[in-house]
Formats: sequence, structure tokens, C-alpha cells
Amino acid sequence: MNGVHDLGGTDGLGPVVVPENEPVFRAEWEKAGFAFFPTLFRAGLFNVDMFRYGIEQMHPAVYLVSPYYEHWLHAAEHYATKAGVIDEAELEAKTQYYLEHPDEPLPETKDADLLAFVDAAVKHGAPARRESDAPAKFEVGDTVTVTQDSPHGHTRKARYIRGKTGVITHAHGTFIYPDSAGNGGADDPQHVYTVKFTNAELWGAEAAEPNGVVYFDVWEPYITPAKTEGAAA
Amino acid sequence: MSATVRSQEEIAARVKALEALMIEKGIMTTEAVDRLAEIYENEVGPQLGAGVVAKAWTDPEFKARLLADGTKACAELGIGGLQGEDMVVVENTDTVHNVITCTLCSCYPWPVLGLPPNWYKEPAYRSRIVREPRTVLREDFGLDIPDSVEIRVWDSSSEMRYWVLPQRPAGTEGLDEKALAELVTRDSMIGTGVVKAP
Repeated sequence: MNGVHDLGGTDGLGPVVVPENEPVFRAEWEKAGFAFFPTLFRAGLFNVDMFRYGIEQMHPAVYLVSPYYEHWLHAAEHYATKAGVIDEAELEAKTQYYLEHPDEPLPETKDADLLAFVDAAVKHGAPARRESDAPAKFEVGDTVTVTQDSPHGHTRKARYIRGKTGVITHAHGTFIYPDSAGNGGADDPQHVYTVKFTNAELWGAEAAEPNGVVYFDVWEPYITPAKTEGAAA
Repeated sequence: MSATVRSQEEIAARVKALEALMIEKGIMTTEAVDRLAEIYENEVGPQLGAGVVAKAWTDPEFKARLLADGTKACAELGIGGLQGEDMVVVENTDTVHNVITCTLCSCYPWPVLGLPPNWYKEPAYRSRIVREPRTVLREDFGLDIPDSVEIRVWDSSSEMRYWVLPQRPAGTEGLDEKALAELVTRDSMIGTGVVKAP
């Protein structure tokens, strides 16, 4: 979707604010905000691509100014509600309760399997690489152009690379396709390539900084053979 | 979709409410939340990436394996896992400076760097680093990269996770791996900073 989350190349967002020292979690609620991702993932409420799409559907003004883990809260709420695990009224009522009783403790439960899952997930990850028999249509060294299509659902085809031409520098094999999996579809594995774009190709010769390139990963359906060879040499 | 901008108190209450409901449904526990926080506060952090860098500086064969397959080489040291299932390490040289970002969200190689700092996840860095990296590095990070050095920005749009092998600083010939690792900063592996002077 052409959402505000797709920030590459946006002007006017001000300087990068880099504090001297910052804790990993700035508030207690951020720890739970972080834990929503692995625990609700385990419960089958979303996959990684759907989780990102949930965040992309936040109100754009809130997205730009809210603390990071509030994005994760939004995605968790979005899918828990959608799956019927919770309803909005129930969540509102509980929120009101904790606003009035912020120090009220949470229910005490134990789950050894969940703890084991957490340790295993951190250690081994959740690989997105998937086997596929589909032959690769492109190889390292090919000059390719990113298609202009603007899907309404989830995609990883950022606006700033659409229509741009670059050279494939890496071929990584086949992975889950976000444009399918992020929209609730199958894994639909596709070849992933890294494409190198020159600054001049992305921003125009006048606005581009000198001597620079951007590498961006594309799934095979995002690209077509370039019409004019050497356009991004 | 609501345009409500919440206070810290309001967010805290809403997170607690959702957490309580998830606990009631058997999906979450407070001990799982505590365990996850413990891992990323005390166990998984940039000290792991620093160890990999120091080994690459002192062992040319390991360095070659690291640049050829980042995931496999890190696994030799017992390093890997969530959000670093497929890692690609890119090397800084006298003529190339690398820097990583995720313009679409906040993707970052957790197994070697831990969780990302907030500025990495926020709009200002993500919007500008692909468009004016030389300016951002100079103005916001105090890192002056001469025009003669090519800046390569890696936008982590897929599950491939890029991170930077910084250059070994001069005057470190006598240092062992442990001492070298202490010079390696988180930002030097993002590409927004340099290694500490010995």
C-alpha cells in the first residue's frame, strides 16, 4: 500500500535525534509491547508479513509520532480483534480499568511450553527461506527495472524504487513472498535478488549526492528486464 | 483507524489491558514477557557482533567465510537466530563506506546487534539515509565521509539482514581479540559510527 510507513526519500522529517544513552526498553509497557510479537505469532494470529501490514494500517499521523512499540500494540490489537480472540468493547473496558488502577497486578499464570518456545525462537529464528522448483529468471549482472504497479495491500516494493533501473548484485534463493503472505495468502516462494541503484538513478543527477548507491532487495515479480541496457551502469 | 495520539499513561493502560486479555486466553504469560526482556537486555546485544568483527580482523580465513556467508560464519561462534536467519556482512575499505537501514519498518540483525536504537526505527533516519546519506552522516552523526569514498546504503526490504564489518583501526597490531572487540561500537556495525581509537 502507498502508506506513510514507506518513508525512503521523504523530505521534511527533521534531524535524526540520537540520545547519548538509551535503555533497551524505555518503559515497562514496552516490554509487553515487544512480547506481543513472538507470543501472538505463536498463537497463529499473524505471520511476520501480516504483522508489518497491521502496522502499515495505523493512522499515518499517529504512526509518525507514536513511540515505536505502540506500532506493535496496534498490529497485535488489529489481528486479535480480527480473529475474534478479543472484542473491541472488552479491550476498551479493561483499558479504562487499568487507567484507574495502574498498579493492579496482572493475572498470574505459568506456561513452560511458552518459555521453551521463546528460547527456541530467539536461538533458531523463524527462517523465511522456502524451497521452490521455480528456475530463477534473472542472474547477477542483469540490468532490471522495477515495475510501477502500486498494490493496495501489503508489499515491500517501496515507492522510491518503482520504475527505477539497477543491476542485480546478489541472488539469494527463494523466500516467502510478502505480497501474498502479508495479505493472508500462501507463502508463494519467489526468488529474491539484491539490486544496486545509483543515487542519480533514484533522485536525479541534480539532487543526488555524489559517489553513492543504494542496495534494495526485490522479489522476482517486482522486476522486469531493463528496456535500455546500461541505463544504470 | 483512529487518529488518537495517546499519552504514556494511556498507552501503558492499553498495553496492560491487551496483555491481561492475552494472559486470560492462555496466549501470553508475564514470565514470557520477563524472559524476552531479560534476553534482549542482558544476553543478545552488540557485544556479540563486536566479537565477530574482532575475529574477522585477526583471522583472514574466518573473514573470508564471514563475507561469503554471514549466517554460517556467525553460527561457528554460536551466534544466530531470530531476525538474523539470513545475514550478509558488508566490508568497509579505504574506498567504500557501508550503512544499513530499513526504510519500510525497522529490520535489523538482532542476533549480532540486539534490538535497534530508537533513532534507527524512527522516520527521520529512515527517510533521509537513502536520499542524503553523506549529509546525514556528517550533520547528525559527526561522521565526515569524503566524496572520494563511495557510500553504499543497504535497505533491508527482505529478510536478508545486512550489517557492516568496520575497518580495523591503525595502532592495534598488538591487541588480542578481546581487546579489539572492546573497540567495536554498535554504530560502527550500522555504519553511522566508527570504531573507538585504541
